[in-house]
Amino acid sequence: MSDYKHPHQDAEFVLNELVGFDDLCAANGFDDINFELASAILTEAGKLGSEVLAPLNVIGDNQGVKLTERGVEETAGFKEAYQQFAEGGWSSLIADEEYEGQGLPNVLCTAVNEIWQSANMAFALCPLLTQGAVEAIAHHGSEELKQTYLPKMVSGEWTGTMNLTEPDAGTDLAAIKTRAIPNGDHYLITGQKIFITWGDHQMTDNTIHLVLARLPDAPAGVKGISLFVVPKFLLDAEGNPGVRNDVKCVSVEHKLGIHASPTCVMSYGDKEGAIGYLVGEANKGLAYMFTMMNCARQGVGLQGVAIAERSYQQALDYAKERLQGTNKDGSRFAIIKFPDVRRMLMQMKSATEAMRALAFVGAAEVDRAGRAQDEADQRRHQARLELLTPIVKGWITELSQEITYLGTQVNGGMGFIEETGSAQHYRDARILTIYEGTTGIQALDLVGRKTLLNKGEALAELLAEIEETVVALSKHEGFAEQGAALREALEAGNNARNWLLENAAQDPAAAGAVSVHFMMLFGYLCGGWLMGQSALRAQTLLDAGEGDPEYLKAKLVTAQFFSEHLLPRTKASLETILKGSASIMALSEDQF
Amino acid sequence: MKVLVAVKRVIDYNVKVRVKPDNSDVDLANVKMALNPFCEIAVEEAVRLKESGAASEVVVVSIGPKACQEQIRTALALGADRGIQIETEELPESLNVAKLLAKVVEEEQPGLVILGKQSIDADNNQTGQMLGALLNRPQGTFASEVKIDGDSVNVTREVDGGLQTLNLKLPAIVTTDLRLNEPRYAKLPDIMKAKRKPLDVKTPADLGVELKNHTRLLKVSAPAERQAGIRVASVDELIDKLKNEAKVL
Ligand SMILES: Cc1cc2nc3c(=O)[nH]c(=O)nc-3n(C[C@H](O)[C@H](O)[C@H](O)COP(=O)(O)OP(=O)(O)OC[C@H]3O[C@@H](n4cnc5c(N)ncnc54)[C@H](O)[C@@H]3O)c2cc1C
Ligand SMILES: Cc1cc2nc3c(=O)[nH]c(=O)nc-3n(C[C@H](O)[C@H](O)[C@H](O)COP(=O)(O)OP(=O)(O)OC[C@H]3O[C@@H](n4cnc5c(N)ncnc54)[C@H](O)[C@@H]3O)c2cc1C
Repeated sequence: MSDYKHPHQDAEFVLNELVGFDDLCAANGFDDINFELASAILTEAGKLGSEVLAPLNVIGDNQGVKLTERGVEETAGFKEAYQQFAEGGWSSLIADEEYEGQGLPNVLCTAVNEIWQSANMAFALCPLLTQGAVEAIAHHGSEELKQTYLPKMVSGEWTGTMNLTEPDAGTDLAAIKTRAIPNGDHYLITGQKIFITWGDHQMTDNTIHLVLARLPDAPAGVKGISLFVVPKFLLDAEGNPGVRNDVKCVSVEHKLGIHASPTCVMSYGDKEGAIGYLVGEANKGLAYMFTMMNCARQGVGLQGVAIAERSYQQALDYAKERLQGTNKDGSRFAIIKFPDVRRMLMQMKSATEAMRALAFVGAAEVDRAGRAQDEADQRRHQARLELLTPIVKGWITELSQEITYLGTQVNGGMGFIEETGSAQHYRDARILTIYEGTTGIQALDLVGRKTLLNKGEALAELLAEIEETVVALSKHEGFAEQGAALREALEAGNNARNWLLENAAQDPAAAGAVSVHFMMLFGYLCGGWLMGQSALRAQTLLDAGEGDPEYLKAKLVTAQFFSEHLLPRTKASLETILKGSASIMALSEDQF
Repeated sequence: MKVLVAVKRVIDYNVKVRVKPDNSDVDLANVKMALNPFCEIAVEEAVRLKESGAASEVVVVSIGPKACQEQIRTALALGADRGIQIETEELPESLNVAKLLAKVVEEEQPGLVILGKQSIDADNNQTGQMLGALLNRPQGTFASEVKIDGDSVNVTREVDGGLQTLNLKLPAIVTTDLRLNEPRYAKLPDIMKAKRKPLDVKTPADLGVELKNHTRLLKVSAPAERQAGIRVASVDELIDKLKNEAKVL
C-alpha cells in the first residue's frame, strides 16, 4: 500500500505563480493572510492528512459501513480521526469569524481540501458536506438559525448533510415530493431521500440535515421547493442535542467506490413528522441551492484532482519498484525505464498538474467575485467564475477517470488486484462524474447558461485572455512550439464557440449533442493555457536563479508534454462538434 | 518555571537529499525545510510541562538566517509562548551554537533547557552536552521521560543496556530521545495565532559572542547506490558470498 505525500511544491507554485496569492489577499481584504502563513497551514495539514487520514483510506474501503440498531456505524478508527480533525480546527477554515471560523480565502481552503480528499476521499466527504450545509445556513438562514446551529457545525462538533435527491428526483429536482406542513414555529417533514452522503454516523453528537421539501400550497415545479433544517436530535433549552427527531437512515447502499462514505436512504416522518425549520423564505429552496452551486461543484472538481494525484503517486512508486526488464548483463530494471510506462506516468503527471492549476484558479475567482470592490470587477469575476465552474467540475472529473485508469494500467496485473490500492482509486474516482450534477449536466450548463445565454461573451473574454498567453509563448524562443500548439487549440475553441452560436437556434438538439465535446475542448484548452503560463513562470524563475531548479525544469517538460499529448484533443473535439447532432439523433428508439 | 527550547531548521526528512555538483555540501537551495524532529519532541515536552502546570512559560530559540523564523513559528503554533531568533548567515557549528545558547540562558534564566539530542542533518549529538559544560549545569541526555520533582528533575535516559534514571538539580539541561513523547499536530487556530506571538531577533554581537569555526567541511558525497539484490541457490552459496564478497563473516 503506498503512502500519500502532499505535493506541496506544485500546490505552492500554483498559488504563487498562477493565482498570485499575496496579491489576491491584499486586494480582497484578507489582511493578516499571506503566502507564508498559507505555506505553514499546508505543511501542518499535510502531516495530518498523510499520517492520520491516509492510512485509514484502505481500511475504510475494506470495511465500509454497517447499519445497526444504533444507526450507521462508520469504519472503525474514523471517529477518532474525525475528532482529531475537528479539534485541530480544520472544519473552520472558510467560515466567517463571526461563527468561530477562520475566514481564510476560498483558494487556500481549496488547496487544503486537496490534502483531505487525496488522503481519504470517503472521509473527507463528511466535512465537505458540512461546509455546504454551513454555507446554506450562513447565506440564507435567519439570525436565530445561524446562532443555533453554525458555531457547532463550524467547529465540527456537529456535521451537516444535503438532502436533495429522491427516487423520482435526481437530476430533475423539480420532481421533489417530500412534504413540509406548517406546525406552529416549525414544520413537519415527511418523505424519503436517497443517496444521502454521511446521512448518519456515530462520529458526532448531532447531524444537521438540510432538506428540500414542498409546502402544501407550493406551486408545482422548481418554484415550489423550500429548504429546511432538520436536526437528527432536537435541541433542548440549553441548545444541546436532546430528543431524537423523526428522521432515520433506513438503509445504506452497496456501491462501487467510496465504501467508507455512507450513502443513506433517509426516511423523514415515519411517525408524526420530522421537525424542521424553514431556511430563508418559502419556495426559494432551489434558488438557494443555486447560489452555493459554484463552490459545491468546484469542490467535486477538486476531488478529481485529489484522486488523480493519489493514483499518480501510487503508480509512480510501483513503476520505480517493479522489475520487469532485463539488461544485457542479466540484471533486472524497473518498468519506469520503458517509454510506454513513461508515457502513462507523464500523462498522469501533466494532466494532474493542469487540473490542479485550473481548480485553484477557479477557486480564486470565488474570492475575487465575492470581495471585488467595484461593480465592473465584480461582474467580470462572477462571469469568469460561472464560466469556469462547469469546466472545473466536468472536465477535471472526466479526466480523473483516465488518470486513475492509467494508474491501474501501470500496475499491470497488480492493478486489477486490490492489494496495491490502485484499484480503489479507480473505483473511488467513478462517482465524481455523477454526483453534484453529472457530466452531461455540467456540459449543458456550459453551452446553455454560460455561453448561449450571454451570446458567448464570457467565453470571448476567456479566449482573449488565452490569446495573451499564446502571444507570450510565441515571443519566447524556447516556447514557440508550445505557443503554436496553444494557438491551434485556441482556434478550435473560437470555432466551436462560433459554431454553437450559429447553430443552436436552428437545431434544438445541437447544443445538447455537442455539449460534452464542447466542455472537454474548453477543459483541455484551459489546461494548455495554464500549463503555458506555468512554463513561462518556471522559465522566469530559472533565469532569475530562484526556486528549486529540479522542480522548475520538470515543470517545463510537463508543460511541453501537455501541449504535445493532451492539447491536440481539442482539434478532435472540434471536428466532432462541427458535425452537429445528425448521427446522434437519427435512430429511432427502436433502432437502438 | 521558564523552559527554554532550542530548535533547528533542517531539511525535511521526506526530502531526498541531493549533494551539490562540486561536492562542497548538501544542496539546500529551495528544498523543503522543517523543524528537526528531535527539536519538535523538545517543544512538545516543554508544552506538556506548561499544560501540567510545572512550567509557566516556554521560550524557543533558533539560530540561523531569517528563514528559521518559520521553524520558530511552527514551535509557537505547537504551544510555545515566544521566540528568539539569533541571526547568523549560515548555520554555525555546535560549539558556537552552545555559546550563543549559554548567553541566552544567562539572560532568560530558565529553570530547564530542552534540546533535541541531535539534528537529523549533521547528527553531531553534542550541543546539549557543550551547553551543560559551558553553563556548568547538570545534564540529562537521551531522555525518554522527564518528571519535575520540586526543585529537581528526574530524567529517564535510554542507555545501551536499558534505562537509567537520574535526578538533576534545577536549573538543568535535558536532551530528548525519540521515545520521549509523540508530538501533537498543530491546530489551525494555533497556526493563525502563532504569527501574532512575540519574536525577538538578536545578533551574536548583541550577545557578545564571536563566532569561531573549529572545523572545516572538506567534502560531501552521496552514498553509493544500492545494488539490486540477487537470489542465491543455497545456504552454502549465501555463506560463501557473505564471507568472500561482502566480507562480513
Ligand atoms: C455515492 C452518491 C452520493 C450522493 N450523495 C448525495 C447527497 O449527499 N445528497 C443528495 O441530495 N444527492 C446525492 N447523490 C445523488 C446524486 O446527486 C444524483 O445521483 C445525481 O444528481 C444524478 O441523479 P440520478 O442518480 O437520479 O440520475 P438521473 O438524473 O436519472 O440521470 C441518469 C442519466 O441521465 C442523464 N440526464 C438526466 N437528466 C438529463 C438532462 N436534463 N439532460 C441530459 N442528460 C440528463 C444524466 O446525465 C445521467 O447520465 C449521491 C449519489 C451517489 C451515487
Ligand atoms: C485477473 C487476472 C487473471 C490472470 N490470469 C492468468 C492466467 O490464467 N494465466 C497466466 O499465466 N497469467 C494470468 N494473469 C497474469 C497476466 O497475464 C499478467 O498480469 C499480465 O501479463 C501483466 O503482467 P504483470 O502483471 O506482471 O505486469 P507487468 O509486466 O509488471 O507490467 C506492469 C506495467 O509495465 C508495462 N510493461 C511491462 N513490460 C514492458 C515492456 N517490455 N515494454 C513496455 N511496457 C512494459 C506494462 O504494460 C504494465 O503497464 C492474470 C492476471 C490477472 C490480474
